[in-house]
Amino acid sequence: MLRLFYVLQLADNALIHSQLLSAWCGHGPILEQDIAITNTALDHIGQARSLYQYASELLNALPESEKAAAFSSPLLQQVSRAVQEDDLSSLRDGWDFRNVVLVEQPNGDWAQTIAKSFFYDVFQYLLYQELLKSPDTQLSAIAEKSIKEVTYHKKWSSEWVIRLGDGTAESHDRMQKAVDTLWSYTGELFMPSEADAFAFQSGMAPDVAVLKDSWLAEVTAIFDQATLQLPSNNWMQKGGKQGMHTEHLGYVLTDLQFMQRAYPNMEW
Amino acid sequence: MKTIFQRYGDYGDREAAGSAPDASQNTAAKEWPLWEVFIRSKAGLDHKHAGSLHAADAQMAVENARDVYTRRMEGVSIWVVESKYIHASAAADSESLYDPSADKVYRHPTFYTIPDEIGHM
Repeated sequence: MLRLFYVLQLADNALIHSQLLSAWCGHGPILEQDIAITNTALDHIGQARSLYQYASELLNALPESEKAAAFSSPLLQQVSRAVQEDDLSSLRDGWDFRNVVLVEQPNGDWAQTIAKSFFYDVFQYLLYQELLKSPDTQLSAIAEKSIKEVTYHKKWSSEWVIRLGDGTAESHDRMQKAVDTLWSYTGELFMPSEADAFAFQSGMAPDVAVLKDSWLAEVTAIFDQATLQLPSNNWMQKGGKQGMHTEHLGYVLTDLQFMQRAYPNMEW
Repeated sequence: MKTIFQRYGDYGDREAAGSAPDASQNTAAKEWPLWEVFIRSKAGLDHKHAGSLHAADAQMAVENARDVYTRRMEGVSIWVVESKYIHASAAADSESLYDPSADKVYRHPTFYTIPDEIGHM
């Protein structure tokens, strides 16, 4: 069951991040960046699909008692056939989502979306580099397929941090404000959940706490180029990996899940 | 400057050749410059013009080109050049530039018989 929850952490991060990025479609500051961010959203949803397919295999393989205890979302519990990837994305309520609170934060302006993406991209790159070595062949295969995409996402968001930070007075102020706004949501990335601890101890994934130094070094290096200040507050939000979310996740899920809830089992 | 605008068909010349806009009202000055994108579809082939896009600098132009023009596996290499550096012939000159070659079929090497041992040419 902890293996399932670990895969769901990865999958939910990908899905929620993708959903929010895709909200820029048609609203990007310029056509070319509209296309760029939509491409990125599609990369994340592709990763989410692979991970949900794996998660549904893990869930369906659980003994009945554990399967019933895994989630408390009524609609998911009512699924009587084998659970599929779409059930996991559309029929779970907020408390059964295990994404970090960072990715569910609102897009805000372009700078805030860039800051959110940058913090997440650097983390995901470091994590997936380690997952490439995972003895869990499903996970390592997904990491191998994703790492090229993630490498580009990191490059793209890093460059935007530098462009805006080292740009005009207004772009600098907005980028700094975005960083300050989101900083307290970055700590959770490195706080091991029960599932993280299981994944580390069983050898399938790295210790997330150890990734923090490399993450901070990379973020600091980009901030130096961008003439941005590293925030000094160390108090960090947490809870996402345990299903305790900020109020924003509810709005994200309302959009994301509307069709399946209004028209159950519809396909298109 | 005016004579150059009339002689070539370069990007930006049409705007400049008309009534010269007041610089303070020129919104183009606030926009990112235009770039022409050339894509090589596979190793060994030439880069071909794919289209154009806006970007703040060359690095962003290459990345925008990657996102706009290679998302369906169209390419393995990208060139970008700022549109203002491309000089074009003027459409008004096309009669004198191109029509004279229309009746000079002897410039095509179609009057030679190719020896069999050459094979496909």
